[in-house]
Amino acid sequence: MTEAVLRTERLTKHFGGLAAVSDVSLGFFIDQIHAVIGPNGAGKTTLTNLVSGELASTSGHIYLDGEDITGLSADRISQRGVGRSYQKTNIFLPFTAFENCRLAAQSRLPSSMRFIRPALRYDNVSREALRALVEVGLEHRAQAPAATLSHGEQRQLEIAMTLATRPRILLLDEPLAGMGGEESARMVELLQKLKQAHAMLLVEHDMDAVFALADRLTVMVNGNVLESGTPEQIRASAAVQEAYLGTEDAHA
Amino acid sequence: MRKIRVATVVLLGCLIALALLPLVAEKYYIQLFTKMMLMAIFAMSLDLLVGYTGLVSLGHAAFFGLAGYALAFAAPQYQAANLWLSLPLAMAGSAALALVIGALVLRTSGIYFIMVTLAFAQMVFFLFHDTKIAGGADGIYVYAKPVAAIAGWEPFSLENHTHFYFVVLLLLALVYALLRVLLASPFGRVIVGIRVNEQRMRSLGYRTFRYKLACFVLSGALAGMAGYFAAAQFGFVSPDTLGWHQSGGVLMMVILGGMGTLNGAILGAFTMMLLELGFQGLPAVGEVDIGKHWQLLMGGFIVCAVLLLPHGLLGLGRLVSPRPETGSD
Repeated sequence: MTEAVLRTERLTKHFGGLAAVSDVSLGFFIDQIHAVIGPNGAGKTTLTNLVSGELASTSGHIYLDGEDITGLSADRISQRGVGRSYQKTNIFLPFTAFENCRLAAQSRLPSSMRFIRPALRYDNVSREALRALVEVGLEHRAQAPAATLSHGEQRQLEIAMTLATRPRILLLDEPLAGMGGEESARMVELLQKLKQAHAMLLVEHDMDAVFALADRLTVMVNGNVLESGTPEQIRASAAVQEAYLGTEDAHA
Repeated sequence: MRKIRVATVVLLGCLIALALLPLVAEKYYIQLFTKMMLMAIFAMSLDLLVGYTGLVSLGHAAFFGLAGYALAFAAPQYQAANLWLSLPLAMAGSAALALVIGALVLRTSGIYFIMVTLAFAQMVFFLFHDTKIAGGADGIYVYAKPVAAIAGWEPFSLENHTHFYFVVLLLLALVYALLRVLLASPFGRVIVGIRVNEQRMRSLGYRTFRYKLACFVLSGALAGMAGYFAAAQFGFVSPDTLGWHQSGGVLMMVILGGMGTLNGAILGAFTMMLLELGFQGLPAVGEVDIGKHWQLLMGGFIVCAVLLLPHGLLGLGRLVSPRPETGSD
């Protein structure tokens, strides 16, 4: 396989005495959805926050395209091509869907210290924003204030904003959370389309979706990687059966 | 769409009324309106921080007052300063102070930001109040208004109160236009994004600190512009011009008019100053001199306004014809 877009090496995060993430070494590749699953408190969201730079790691390294990006701030990591979406919808509610994406796309200008020309006249930025909306199928809602969108549409918008920054790897924290059946199916289809051009870290509780989507699965328990492999390997793993999948009924 | 045109018509009407005022008004009123327009510029500069970027500063008078002192320093005893030199100098001084203070206070947020801006402004206040550099607590006079001479040619004279009025009106219109352009630019969109959701702006790749600092410096420079002309008009600068009382007053203007709208900042400044005058002029009722206790009335008015008009006086218009907030303004 080719070089990993993103690689973590013995990544560790302590909160006081608690090891939320310990010794996690994983690789993420283009055209591969890498799902991270595990019970609540396993450290999945913390792992996402470490990779996106929103939390500083205690030890270990993160490499993007072979370059060490450990310790860089969230804005720098974003500029280098790591895009993320949030477990709890995190958008600009008073702005229109288009403006949400436009602002995301504008972040790729060399600088936004531009004071004269109206923001709407930067055609490349607007085009990029529209492209992102089209990609998630939200272009018909472009002029609607984000606050008036349905929950599912807000989740789509969240992804569109991430796409508008043209990332190389997507960190998606429970993109299916709270979605209805039809919306879920559409999102699954979207993620399948997106993986062709992106590496993807997918944190998700919906096991049906995970096994339908994931090319690679990592199971975390108490901050540690319990098992990592193909979906078939994970299904067959006795350790996983015991620690996690045994509780599948509770999630279904 | 129709709503925007109504607002534009009202705005143009106000501008024309202000332009015609000197034809009909006496000197006293011309000077009063000059002062009100200067406070409107000051309020707009603060609104850029409070209403647009979401940074509630309680120390904005420091930049206003410092520029006044800069004029006093630039006009040595009985000699007039040159406008074209001293104005940029005064604004640069305020901007430099804003850069230093901003670089420190913008590392905090929320209630801490309010307290730290207040603390820094008070430091500047006591620097002028407790030392002899500019007359201490007594303040310092600006004996002559700045001259606008360019190589012997003087396009206008600030000693003439009508000329002074039109200069300030022009500046008010210029600052308003400048901020309108700025707010529609990529920079403007970024600062409003920071107010709505700063953490998300960072994860989209924006170094928000830089934008907040740039905004703080610009806002300080504009406050300096207002402070410079206020000192020139009044002919006197005292530590009170950079005290917390002044900072609180301009913050009230912004809140009263409606935060996050330039029109609101102007409306708030005019309303506050007219009310102050109106309350002061109230006659005595029996034993009670109402005019002397005008601050009590003002306090009551502010309380009512905040309780009844959460979007400020401009919100009154929205009560009549509601309009959804798009966030793009």
